Amino acid sequence: MTFLRLEGLTKRFGEMAAVDGLSLTIERGEMLSLLGPSGSGKTTTLRLLAGFESPDQGRVMVEGDDVTRLEPVTRRFGMVFQHYALFPHLDVAQNLAFGLESLGVSGEELERRVARALALVDLAGFERRRIGQLSGGQQQRVALARALAPEPRVLLLDEPLSNLDPSLRERTRREIRELIRRVGITTVLVTHEQDEAFDLGDRVAVLRRGRLEQVGTPEDLYASPANEFVAEFVGRSSSIGVMILGPADRGLRVIIEGAEWDLSDTNAAPAGPALMVVRPEALRLMSPAPRALIGTVTERRFTGAASLFTILTEGGASLEVTGPPRSVRAGERVGIMPSRRAGGGIHLFPRALP
Amino acid sequence: MTRIRRVELLGGVLLLLLIWLIVYPLILVLIEGFRGPQGWTLDFVRSFLQPHEASALWGSVWISLVSVLLAAMVGIPLAFLFGRYDFPGRKILGWLVALPAVLPPLVGVIAFLFLYGESGFVSLMIQRLLGLEQPPWMLQGAGAILLVHAYSMYVYFYLFTRAGLASLDASVLEAAASLGAGRWRTLRRVVLPLLYPSLGGAALLTFMTSLASFSAPYIFGGGFRVMTTQIVATRLNGDDELAMIETVSLTMVALIALWMLRGPRRLDSLAGGRKGMAPVRVRVQRRGVRLALALLGWGLAVLLLLPHLTLLLVSFVPLGTWTTEPLPPAYTWRNYLTLLEDPVRARPLFNSLWLASASTVAAVAIALAAGILSVRSRVPGRGLIEGLLALPWAVPGTVFAIALATAFSVRAPLAGRFVLVGTLWILPLAYLVRNLPITSRAVLAGFRALDPSLDEAAATLGAGRWRTLRQVTLPLLRPALLAGASLAFVTAFGDFVTSIMLYTYDTRPISLEILSSLRQSDVGVAAAYGVVLMAVSAAVFALGADQGSGG
Repeated sequence: MTFLRLEGLTKRFGEMAAVDGLSLTIERGEMLSLLGPSGSGKTTTLRLLAGFESPDQGRVMVEGDDVTRLEPVTRRFGMVFQHYALFPHLDVAQNLAFGLESLGVSGEELERRVARALALVDLAGFERRRIGQLSGGQQQRVALARALAPEPRVLLLDEPLSNLDPSLRERTRREIRELIRRVGITTVLVTHEQDEAFDLGDRVAVLRRGRLEQVGTPEDLYASPANEFVAEFVGRSSSIGVMILGPADRGLRVIIEGAEWDLSDTNAAPAGPALMVVRPEALRLMSPAPRALIGTVTERRFTGAASLFTILTEGGASLEVTGPPRSVRAGERVGIMPSRRAGGGIHLFPRALP
Repeated sequence: MTRIRRVELLGGVLLLLLIWLIVYPLILVLIEGFRGPQGWTLDFVRSFLQPHEASALWGSVWISLVSVLLAAMVGIPLAFLFGRYDFPGRKILGWLVALPAVLPPLVGVIAFLFLYGESGFVSLMIQRLLGLEQPPWMLQGAGAILLVHAYSMYVYFYLFTRAGLASLDASVLEAAASLGAGRWRTLRRVVLPLLYPSLGGAALLTFMTSLASFSAPYIFGGGFRVMTTQIVATRLNGDDELAMIETVSLTMVALIALWMLRGPRRLDSLAGGRKGMAPVRVRVQRRGVRLALALLGWGLAVLLLLPHLTLLLVSFVPLGTWTTEPLPPAYTWRNYLTLLEDPVRARPLFNSLWLASASTVAAVAIALAAGILSVRSRVPGRGLIEGLLALPWAVPGTVFAIALATAFSVRAPLAGRFVLVGTLWILPLAYLVRNLPITSRAVLAGFRALDPSLDEAAATLGAGRWRTLRQVTLPLLRPALLAGASLAFVTAFGDFVTSIMLYTYDTRPISLEILSSLRQSDVGVAAAYGVVLMAVSAAVFALGADQGSGG
């Protein structure tokens, strides 16, 4: 059942449309990540949801109610701000009580609910601490507890991990995910980090220049990107121009800089020029051979179990290929072929001749 | 959308209020200066072009330029000494050095009179020591004015330079050293250029303050003319139109100076992006040097505190007892008791208290409204609002006194003019206008430092506008509000420039009571009032600064 619906949201700042006809549906209790590079409109979308901005067109619906024109004050959407926006002159308990007091909660009931919210984020006993005495991670949890305490209809998270040390991020990510699952609240979060979006979101909406490029589960986005942008933005990949000849015995026959490849595990595409977006693990290195794409190793990066090699092809394209750590050296001439287990790591997008 | 319209409406109301209070009176002055009984005329401009008028204008300009030079020569080395080196007594001395700031201008001037005047404490001592017939010097003319200016205005250079030094990034200095630059080259090529914005700010402030300075030229000027005293003299002669032209000319000089000294401010962004740690003070190691610095520091402190101490001493001297002795022969509480017991003499104290309080409350309220509308709601015309709030800073107090006296001496409600001159209201109004720049600067800076997402957070938590203002914005702004209020209060409480032109017998403030006590040779009461002014100013300053750092 659709809980939260964005219908054709458009927001212009001057000439530029920050959000351009965006439609999305979010299920009850679902976590949706808004992912995109800076300027993609993801933060504006979140602010439209919170009610800080009002859209030029479109509606925001919660359970069939139009909330587009509701002020943030009455919208009952909880929000965790990028820099937390905790009230520095109030202590932890007073921060948590702030939203409850708006609902008219007072006395013992107030204390009880503040304590419950604190316990939720594992900060019981921190009631009288000043905000300045908390670590970054603790502040983040207080911000989360403060947003959840008045039991909002929707939780909004703005770059929830960007203010934390990298060493803390992964653990905090797990904690947030687990907490939100437990509370079961419908959540929209904004991030420019793919890891975060994939890890926290049941589904991920990829935005670019205010438009929705694709929405789906992380697996969908990785395995069947809808277009070049999603293929390149999601996961590590490199791109190279190819010519699609047509169906072959095994899959699709393409020509890349004179090398002829049969791709068995790729999306269907019509004959003609195309852009091939390829994951490093979908390619393999070999000695230069007739059907292989020929290039020179320019860089080798050790990543643990395997190494990542950057190959400059004779045609001037740069491709990243995964291989055994010490298989080739920088400066060596090598051949590239599609890996036998490409695993859906090669995508073809037809495009007009330049 | 209705919400936005309401905010815009309020912005418009504030803008109109500011135009009415600040721009309108100035424009009326401009008009009156060019109008005689028979319509438009240049007569008054012609009479302004007389040699003695030109010399007064020139006097104002050169006195201000030399004041900047002297204040810089005292203030900058002091700032380096206290900002870059560590030696015994540095902390307390660094604090004492800023003390001239708590002396209201008129009080500073009379303290100098008690000290170095013809029958001053120091003058008499030297006369006696050397067995002279006459006092060793006359505290009069340009030299006396410059002495007082240098004493009271070096503080600007001192404070600005210290702030500039404190905001330097240590790694920049280390980078210079690692690139092989010696101490002098680092100072010349790195430190000084980074300090330009601070020094420019201090120079501008000193120039403007000195251009508007009234107390020193009024008391010590003698035959030496500057524009501020000239305006008052012309006005007292009843030559109102000429006073208008003089006022216009002084305003022009002030605005030209403001425009010319704007240049260095562009560098603000350079020093603004501070990331690293402030440089560590150099600990002076050699014992001889440490001792010399400490001695120099303490000597300086005594010199700087001498006016304050003299004032205190004189305030305990019974009427007419201290004539030629080096120290007073008798002491008494009488002078202070007079202030409290004699209702006629106590009146100015209460007047000053309520006048200053009323104008401070109004200034803070306007600054707060400006902050909400301009910084928060970003209403159209916010640039104009902030510009208008800053404008009175560039206009000498004498000018505003004349302008307000002109605008509000006529009853024409449709033209926005009411008869306020001679009523209770003109002085608080004048103080308010004069205080708007400092108060609003502090409050607007406070607003800018607030994270706007705090307001948004309050909104998502269901708090309406009023609750957010009361429970989030105001508590967080407390340091800025207190700082703005204390500056406004202190300035209004010690005001002399505008008061002397606008006061009535019923609203006479302390500064005028000091003046009249001096005229009656009731030196002790004048000093006692001076001490009260000084003490209240210092207390209020301390309150503002303490809350400012503690919040």
